[in-house]
Amino acid sequence: MEQTFDQRTPPSNGSKPVLSFVLRVIVSFGIPILTGIALWWSFTFMRDADANKFLVAVVALIVGVGAVWALYLLTDNLVSLLPESIREAVRPYVFVGPALVILGVYLVYPAIRSLYLSFFNANSTVFVGLENYIFALTDPAMLIVLRNNIMWLIFVTSFVISLGLVIAVMVDRVRWEAIAKSIIFLPMAISAVGASVIWKFVYSFQPLPRPQIGLLNAIVVALGGDPQGWLILMPWNNFFLMFIMIWILTGFAMVVLSSAIKGVPAELLEAARIDGASEITIFFRVIIPYIRGTLITITTTVLIMVLKVFDIVFVMTSGQFDTQVIANRLVQEMFTFRNAGRASALAILLLIAVTPVIVYNVRNMRAGRS
Amino acid sequence: MSTSVQTTSSVQNDRFRQFFSGLPLRITIIVIALLWTIPTIGLLITSFRPPDDIRSSGWWTVFQHPFDISQYTVSNYSQVLTADGMGNAFINSLLVTIPSVVIPITIAAFAAYAFAWLEFPGRRFFFVVVVALMVVPLQAALVPLLRLYVGIDLNGTFLGVWLAHTGFGLPLAIFLFYGYIGSLPGEIIESAHVDGASPMTTFTRLIMPLSVPVIASFAIFQFLWVWNDLLVALVFLGTRKEVSVVTSRLAALIGERGQDWHVLTSGAFITMVIPLIVFFALQRYFVRGLTAGSVKG
Repeated sequence: MEQTFDQRTPPSNGSKPVLSFVLRVIVSFGIPILTGIALWWSFTFMRDADANKFLVAVVALIVGVGAVWALYLLTDNLVSLLPESIREAVRPYVFVGPALVILGVYLVYPAIRSLYLSFFNANSTVFVGLENYIFALTDPAMLIVLRNNIMWLIFVTSFVISLGLVIAVMVDRVRWEAIAKSIIFLPMAISAVGASVIWKFVYSFQPLPRPQIGLLNAIVVALGGDPQGWLILMPWNNFFLMFIMIWILTGFAMVVLSSAIKGVPAELLEAARIDGASEITIFFRVIIPYIRGTLITITTTVLIMVLKVFDIVFVMTSGQFDTQVIANRLVQEMFTFRNAGRASALAILLLIAVTPVIVYNVRNMRAGRS
Repeated sequence: MSTSVQTTSSVQNDRFRQFFSGLPLRITIIVIALLWTIPTIGLLITSFRPPDDIRSSGWWTVFQHPFDISQYTVSNYSQVLTADGMGNAFINSLLVTIPSVVIPITIAAFAAYAFAWLEFPGRRFFFVVVVALMVVPLQAALVPLLRLYVGIDLNGTFLGVWLAHTGFGLPLAIFLFYGYIGSLPGEIIESAHVDGASPMTTFTRLIMPLSVPVIASFAIFQFLWVWNDLLVALVFLGTRKEVSVVTSRLAALIGERGQDWHVLTSGAFITMVIPLIVFFALQRYFVRGLTAGSVKG
């Protein structure tokens, strides 16, 4: 009796855990690597075959999308063939392993590597200590970059939040609320590059006596002023770029805040009104405290987006005329100046700057859920 | 009688309330809405005007006789789609975007299920690591990844971009899916287990169908994020005309032909078509998706 029992339960002699660990690692790496091979094969195949572009696209989509699913199912079936004793110990790694491997390759390794490279020179051959960071925080050109980023953070965030809040309160009281909201929210859907073209056209400038085709200069001229090259008008050009981001993000803040305001219980507002509180008092003493959580989330979200602003500056001025920001400078250090050390140092500074904001946001989100 | 008992503050109060329901309020909203639309309308109208007209007069002059269709043309679009490569870029954008949405969703859903309902050593630790990775901005990964890509010849391929978007999107996707899948009622998952369903069957038959709302929200967020992205496309695909996507192609056109507004306006409008369709067709999910994406690093 004891003997049969022994036969059924696997003896824990130390080789099984090792085996199952090895299998877990194999399973974790198997799916990403096999996916990569399958996708790679389909691409070389398509590159060689001079087929119709559209056909190629369809094939790529089917392979790219189907291959991943197929590999999970396949690996799971393979695990089912393992001896019962280690099968269920290995199986979770079929599910979680590929994600961990990809995160390791695409975020953990590069972030650590960036930190390491940030202490080296342009081509990563000589250790330079904190030199790149000293450059990033003291170089005259960098001081303008930092100044601009701080201006973006202050002006864009405060305008987006307060304008979004005011509009949210206002549209709540008209019948065509949905249409007004859609219109103001719409810029959030389009790319920053597209938005930049829209505004580059609004700001466009032609020397007199040629007619102005940009809306802003046309208005200025109609009012009797002289047309301006707004994007080279230092330091005000920064504000013309910032306005693009305000234009994009205000609708987002408005929609999120509007749904929070609608969540304020009607009884609460009624009670305040009966007590004789003015609408302004109600706004500051009842509504604002009630939507505090949402207000914080949206503010931190906008802060992160603004901190990493890249596209608008890249497209509008390429950072010339004193409009440079960290993220655009980073790309420039990478491709134009070929300085991996400085680019990495800027990346790490960006990481340090967003960390507290995101930690706060995630905590806030989890507290809100539970 | 009622006026006699009113205090000064309640008179102000009434005025305030009146403002917020009366004509001034409507006008304010209309002005804001116009300010928010006019630039886009200007772009749209300009994209249909002949190049000479664009250079010699403002787009608003078409309103002098708006129904005179001889002042409009679609030749800007045919030029930008063919000669300037926007048509090709449009297909490339679809090619980049669809797998960059589906692959992270698949991988994240499998992982979120394991984190929520399977037992394995290191479960808590790995989950904390995944959430912590949300703070890593993709900028912090660019330099080492590009070197890696150049080393293994993955640079400038769609595969490289798919995997990059997958990696950058995973922490948020796992975090969101875990929150949703983890809150599904335990009894149904237990009962599936008791009925002899394997984890894979439970996942495909039970978890995936139940998770459609959270997957839809993330899909919309990720779709717009990837479609509108410029940075990842620039770094990993580059600016070669054959592989560039709509955003990088448009950015290149701005550099090459900065004053050719007939090309830029129609090109810009082509980049916007798909996001606008998504916006109008799926507006409710759209808001949910963007809100969910608010913790992306």
